[in-house]
Amino acid sequence: MQYIPNLIFLIILVLGVGFFIKNIKKLLRNIRLGKDIDRSDNRPVRWRNMAKIALGQYKMVTRPVSGILHVVVYIGFIIINIEVLEIIMDGLFGTHRIFGFLGGLYNFLIGSFEILAFLVFVAVVVFWLRRNVIRIKRFLSPEMKGWPKMDGNLILYFEMVLMTLFLVMNATDYQLQLNGAAHYASGDGIVGAFPVSQYLLPLFNGLSDSALILIERSAWWVHIIGIFVFLNYLYYSKHLHILLAFPNTWYAKLKPKGELDNLQSVTDEVMLMMDPNADPFAAPADGAEETGDPEKFGASDVTDLNWVQLMNAYSCTECGRCTSECPANQTGKKLSPRKVMMDTRDRLEEVGKNIEANGSFKEDGKQLLDDYITKEELWACTTCNACTEACPISIDPLSIIMEMRRYMVMEESSAPTDLNNAMTNIENNGAPWPFNQMDRANWINES
Amino acid sequence: MSEALRVPTMAEYMAQGKKPEVLFWVGCAGSFDDRAKKITKAFARILNKANVDFAVLGAEESCTGDPAKRAGNEFLFQMQAVTNIEVLNAYEIKKVVTACPHCFNTLKNEYPALGGNYEVVHHTTFLKSLLEDGRLTVEGGKFKGKRITFHDPCYLGRANNVYEAPRDLLRKLEVELVEMRKCKSKGLCCGAGGAQMFKEPEPGNKDVNVERTEQALETKPEIIAAGCPFCNTMMTDGVKNKEKEDSIEVMDIAEMIASAQEL
Repeated sequence: MQYIPNLIFLIILVLGVGFFIKNIKKLLRNIRLGKDIDRSDNRPVRWRNMAKIALGQYKMVTRPVSGILHVVVYIGFIIINIEVLEIIMDGLFGTHRIFGFLGGLYNFLIGSFEILAFLVFVAVVVFWLRRNVIRIKRFLSPEMKGWPKMDGNLILYFEMVLMTLFLVMNATDYQLQLNGAAHYASGDGIVGAFPVSQYLLPLFNGLSDSALILIERSAWWVHIIGIFVFLNYLYYSKHLHILLAFPNTWYAKLKPKGELDNLQSVTDEVMLMMDPNADPFAAPADGAEETGDPEKFGASDVTDLNWVQLMNAYSCTECGRCTSECPANQTGKKLSPRKVMMDTRDRLEEVGKNIEANGSFKEDGKQLLDDYITKEELWACTTCNACTEACPISIDPLSIIMEMRRYMVMEESSAPTDLNNAMTNIENNGAPWPFNQMDRANWINES
Repeated sequence: MSEALRVPTMAEYMAQGKKPEVLFWVGCAGSFDDRAKKITKAFARILNKANVDFAVLGAEESCTGDPAKRAGNEFLFQMQAVTNIEVLNAYEIKKVVTACPHCFNTLKNEYPALGGNYEVVHHTTFLKSLLEDGRLTVEGGKFKGKRITFHDPCYLGRANNVYEAPRDLLRKLEVELVEMRKCKSKGLCCGAGGAQMFKEPEPGNKDVNVERTEQALETKPEIIAAGCPFCNTMMTDGVKNKEKEDSIEVMDIAEMIASAQEL
């Protein structure tokens, strides 16, 4: 009988971790729906970028207020997780503060966790105020209505509750140790240091040991179950960035921001056209493999994007720094780089669910273009790279916009008329305006 | 102004069996747009003054393909690129200077994969190197002490990390350089990039160039300095929109240097 709590804990642990692994597999399957792209060059630079941007939060602090608050929550999250290790061990073995034998070091650690928990709580409250009371503009965009807004707040509530439970757990534990309660008190004096939770003691004044134990155990259980729930909430939330920020910065584009890739399928065609020896009527060489359908130009759906772009979509935490820097968005156009990422993820999730339901993808009459991202949004982009510069984890919304423009122009011929005129001019007379190419040097002799 | 411009073409150089030290890639705006042509001439005058051995392609130059590529027409872009590369490679061009950041970006970053490998520099970087080599001297002249803000072209700044060359030139002109709230890597686009120059903007509540001009006006400048013919047009229109064209000029840095030297 006495092992029942340990057993229940084990079951919760296995369920929590198992369900999480299942979701991660789903995530990887969806990301792999993207086209292949080789981003394994320059590994030292990639590691450095990951260390600087993801681990070091280098781009977060370019906006000092949200940046520093984020660093507090980030450090708190990582360090307090050391305590989760102890909680899991205690849960499995029914021990009380199993690392207590570390003595002074243990007290230092628990003390630091408490201070961090308090700071995290404060930072999270400020985050909540920024979203709901100060109402910062980038949290009020049209794409942030409904679930995305609730998602953002839910994460904050989760963190507030977890930090409160952690401190309540410590406070009651401390009181029980002071009372000399069995299982809690040890012969070597107080285990742990409680620089924050000691101030909560008056709340529990006069409670019996059994009442204290009830509160301590409840806080302990709800805290650890809450952590497992939160872990599994990640996949359904924008909060995946806590994991994906790392690969996302590692696989980010290293070339100059201004450089767009040259489509190889187009290069092949162009080189054939430019080759004076090419025979346009030549039959395929004997034994040549059937090459299949010609490749689609650009992207109209998520499966036309590459896997890094799809990972970008899952990594986006909807902070909106990209959108707030976007010249089109600032001047009231519909384009929002954040929405491009959110739409890509939503459509990818839809495609993933379709595959789960039907074994393989069954045509659903929908696509990313038009059904999620409109042409009006895509044509408003100035390709200025303000979004890619602003993103704290190196997401590249511009590359998705460009792929979709390529589809609109090369597959649909649906460019705005003005652009078609400019392109016709380039084709005919080598300039976007209707000037004769032979007049190109006239400026030299004009006064 | 009195001296005639000396602007030889590559064909002329070839006929004489000579090669210039640098090719001046003029670009479509620099060749045809009346405002941008002034920048082209100012830069050519400086090159003459510094005795730079340069040439242009003239009628053999064609659009780099940048607006086509950014509009999504990869096919047209690559046709332009491959044709231009054939011309450039036939002349065995090694170094290219251009006053257009869009040409600069495309030639520098997107031509190599198609077989066009050149050292490509923006004219502000080139002018800076002329100063450093002592081939050109710049004094403030009429710009000394003037309050000037610099608008970063996206395709020079964020796209290629060139922020200091234009500013160094302005410092040489002994101006009072004031930065906008949004500058360098955080600079706001003028609204022309990504082929927007050639189409009407989507519905919104303001034009991008007006927003950017307002940011520039916050610094109370006498001159808004630019380094891109498209930014120049957009900012000039913005200043007109704000009815400030009598008190605020929009000038390319090359024009300022030429003007300070009374070229």
